[in-house]
Amino acid sequence: MPEDGTTASPARRPVPFRGGGFIVRPQRIVGSVGLIALVALWQLGSTRGWISPLMAPAPSEVIAALVVIAQDGTLATHLLASLGRIGGGWALGTLAGLAAGLAMGIFSLARAVGLPVVSALFPIPKIALLPLLILWFGIGEPSKVATIALGTFFPTVIATFSGVDGVPRSLIRMAQSFGVPPARIVWSIVLPGALPGILAGFRITASIALILVVAAEMIGAEYGIGAFILQAGNLMRTDQLLAGVVVLSILGLLVAGTLSWAERVLLRWR
Amino acid sequence: MDLRLEAISHRYDALAVLDGVDLTARDGEILAIIGPSGCGKSTLLQIAGGLILPTSGRVTAAGAAPAGCLNPITYVFQDFALLPWRTVAGNVALALEHHPLSRAERGERVAAALARLGLAEFADALPRQLSGGMRQRVGIARALVVDPAVLLLDEPMSALDAQTRELLIEDFLGVWLQNRTTALYVTHNLAEALRLADRVAVFSRRPGRLTELVAVAVPQAERSGEAARLEIARIQDRLWELIRAEASAADREMADA
Repeated sequence: MPEDGTTASPARRPVPFRGGGFIVRPQRIVGSVGLIALVALWQLGSTRGWISPLMAPAPSEVIAALVVIAQDGTLATHLLASLGRIGGGWALGTLAGLAAGLAMGIFSLARAVGLPVVSALFPIPKIALLPLLILWFGIGEPSKVATIALGTFFPTVIATFSGVDGVPRSLIRMAQSFGVPPARIVWSIVLPGALPGILAGFRITASIALILVVAAEMIGAEYGIGAFILQAGNLMRTDQLLAGVVVLSILGLLVAGTLSWAERVLLRWR
Repeated sequence: MDLRLEAISHRYDALAVLDGVDLTARDGEILAIIGPSGCGKSTLLQIAGGLILPTSGRVTAAGAAPAGCLNPITYVFQDFALLPWRTVAGNVALALEHHPLSRAERGERVAAALARLGLAEFADALPRQLSGGMRQRVGIARALVVDPAVLLLDEPMSALDAQTRELLIEDFLGVWLQNRTTALYVTHNLAEALRLADRVAVFSRRPGRLTELVAVAVPQAERSGEAARLEIARIQDRLWELIRAEASAADREMADA
């Protein structure tokens, strides 16, 4: 053995690097390039006549249709009708869901009663209840709002309940050891602790509300994005139909963006 | 204020964890409780502060609480139990918020407690930004902000690495020497017990019984000195003799046997 302690061997082999891959790096520019390329390809296909204008109009025509309905007020009428239903139904379902989920997270009795009920009713696609709700409330707004409220209620209950359940017992014990009254423990510890779960639930209920409002409007409504898309389809106005779809996509992105912003602000501590 | 545990027995369903424990934390002393893991010492501490109702026995307190005391019996927790969404100052303030104090008075108390543990510049930091040692300093500041009469410390250093522990023990001792608040200090670390405690209560393995009470005659302030080393080492050997067989037996126990 040489003096420096290394092995006297004819060839020193390098230890190969084995730790590569499995790391996802953000690729911002590539992401938007992909989307733009897809739309450009579609535009190219339409202008070259590869794609039938009746089946799928060119993106430029969809944008043109969007501009027209935006200018003549059609979009505003339909959009406001949809937003009103979403807002009312989502607020109703969310408030009720928060109350029920909180009760189930805190009180054994509410949990024992509520869990089987929620488990049984949660899997029902709520749009299947719309005919029943129409019988109860009539064809007007209340049946649509009720459908959205029901659709958002159950996921909110489950998100709130599991959020409350996940608040560490040790924090509640700590507050009790300082003599913090129960109502204040709920307000200062249980609710903030459950907030990440509740906000994650909002993501789910926001998309459910969007699905349900379109479906309900397709079943029976004069105004609303869903009704607008259905009418456009009946008239074979695929440019307007797709313009309506684009509006829905933008709406979904806006809601998701708002929730991401809310999470950044409210959950800065994570 | 002193705290007396009288004939405390406790069982979780069929599992007896504590058996007839009589123990008094005298006014102004640190009473350390050591014993093998699973000997019920944490349970005993939770019983002492009224967080668990014992199967039998009772806990009584006697003596006056210090002026301005808001929560006579106050815990410091092993896992710190800090609210991750609150700042350091917010976590300390939690202990005051349900008391009728003026805004200014609350602010003063929080600032004073933070200053005592060297946390003044961390007042607006969030727990996740702090090291383990700093987090437990927040836990101790939160306990001190209510001017407690009895401190119950549940293995407050065991989530910390050895170096951090040494530093925090000295800091805690420095703060404690100013008020000499009665303290029950649960630990499994002999050196820690001997650095801090006036008396050490040695527990058997489950079901936990008090096997011996050992007094440490050297004042805390002199214990790190050369002269006291030998005496402390002698007591440490004696304590280790007392718990060694128990700890070994507890180590070989199966959970559901």
